[in-house]
Amino acid sequence: MRADLRLIEPWVKENSNVIDLGCGDGTLLAHLQQEKNVHGYGLEIDPAQITHCIEKGVNVIEHDLDKKGLSSFADQQFDTVIMTQALQAVRRPDVMLDEMMRLGKQGIVTFPNFGYWRCRHYLLWNGKMPMSKSLPHTWYNTPNIHLCTFKDFEALCMQKRIKILNRQVVDAEFEQSRFARMWPNLFAEFAVYRIAKY
Amino acid sequence: MSDTAKSIKNASTGSVGVVEPNLAHFDQALNLVSGKTLKQYDLIYETYGELNEKRSNAVLICHALSGDHHAAGFHSDTDKKPGWWDSCIGPGKPIDTDRFFVVCLNNLGGCSGSTGPNTKNPDTGELYGPDFPIITVDDWVESQARLADLLTIDVWAAVVGGSLGGMQALAWSLNYPDRVKHAVVIASTPKLTAQNIAFNEISRKAITSDPEFHQGHYYAHNTIPSKGLMLARMIGHITYLSDESMGEKFGRDLKKGAFDFGYDVEFEVESYLNYQGERFSKTFDANTYLLMTRVLDYFDPAAKTDDSLEKALSGAKCGYFVVSFSTDWRFSPERSERLVEAMTKAGKRVCYAEIESAYGHDAFLIPTERYMAIFSAYMNRVAEEIE
Repeated sequence: MRADLRLIEPWVKENSNVIDLGCGDGTLLAHLQQEKNVHGYGLEIDPAQITHCIEKGVNVIEHDLDKKGLSSFADQQFDTVIMTQALQAVRRPDVMLDEMMRLGKQGIVTFPNFGYWRCRHYLLWNGKMPMSKSLPHTWYNTPNIHLCTFKDFEALCMQKRIKILNRQVVDAEFEQSRFARMWPNLFAEFAVYRIAKY
Repeated sequence: MSDTAKSIKNASTGSVGVVEPNLAHFDQALNLVSGKTLKQYDLIYETYGELNEKRSNAVLICHALSGDHHAAGFHSDTDKKPGWWDSCIGPGKPIDTDRFFVVCLNNLGGCSGSTGPNTKNPDTGELYGPDFPIITVDDWVESQARLADLLTIDVWAAVVGGSLGGMQALAWSLNYPDRVKHAVVIASTPKLTAQNIAFNEISRKAITSDPEFHQGHYYAHNTIPSKGLMLARMIGHITYLSDESMGEKFGRDLKKGAFDFGYDVEFEVESYLNYQGERFSKTFDANTYLLMTRVLDYFDPAAKTDDSLEKALSGAKCGYFVVSFSTDWRFSPERSERLVEAMTKAGKRVCYAEIESAYGHDAFLIPTERYMAIFSAYMNRVAEEIE
């Protein structure tokens, strides 16, 4: 099982309504459908991924989050709104967070930590925008246009009066190492946040 | 070769072969939405593939404005032109006849063998002509349900259609929620816009103002309003294409390479439209054309539920697959998205794709790579559910 799925699954209730923003090939939703009998939709923009979703039995809707936003969905239509590894790729992550909180009772967000020590090290020593396994793109063609650190994200949540219900920090292999737990903003590569409106 | 590429190659080769239409006669009166009644009627239809033992693999194909029952295969060994949706129906194609039992009929009011304006009214012994009652999509669904009964099909694995055909698929899911497992709604819309109706009105005016129309009684005068029907088709045809595809196909090319400084056909696009219009006017019935445009105009399932599409969908039980095409301006992607929005708000199972295509509304008939791949993927899901 993909490591992030293992972290997300316990936070999703059985038989609940879920929407996955930027659902990729539908692996997460297919897994949640099977394990938790969730109902819901995946929004995706990549044609090849959309076909994979259909093959997996996921209800996928072709949707450009940047162009169309989420106004076609109703307030509190879902129990859980998920966004894995996509918040940093949208044009307005702050607006997206507001919309996630409008659509659902809780949100689950994962993103790469730009404060991870390897990123810092890369920038410090090479003087160039960091590239790694989790951030494989060059600065000019990266889809990740709004990279942030855990601290940045948590500050934005505070500003928006969004409560962080849980946070799981993990290393590159999505394992929960001791260092990552102690100094997450430095030693954790990814975080999985569960958030809700106060 | 990738799996997708392989399946596309197979898709382009599989044919259902030579097929023969069947005629079903119905004596049970059909009460129409208009208040009128058809005491008896015939439906001409074709089938491809085999109905399985559980009778669970039947797929209904609904045709669009100028379509008919001949959706796939050939009518003889020498027949050069396959059915209108041969690109998508056949062994190895998205609607795989090795897995599905496919049914396609000519709808009531059509002109290809089912009861319509160009068939005999049993009350008068004359052709119906303009006295043929106005039909609605709901009436079609009712008549199709009776054909399903006749073929001992209780539940369709899928009802599939493009354009006006998509409206029938949608109506099936609302009118007979227990008889449809999946509805595939391609290049369609939950209702026509004012612009759509305006184009239809021009088409109708073109026909009815032809001196050979004779208030629809042209059969009795041994003539047809071919000029009017030709014009109607030319107008329609423009709305089926995109600026992009017309530009690519014709550009500003001239037939003779230079201006003639006159009003005869000079540009290739003029020549094409004239040819298409003329050919159509010889094979299609003008009264049927009028009727079909009205069926389109009247379709609006939300009208029954305070104009709420979401409410209209509330009783539906099927899975939906909605597809639109980027350059379709007749029923644009926004129309499909409106439908999808209502489906998600009503909590229905739905998949939606907007296919990048240069072919405008006609794209639903053209086997482009992504369209075939995703259509196949969805139909595969349908097949797996029943197997």
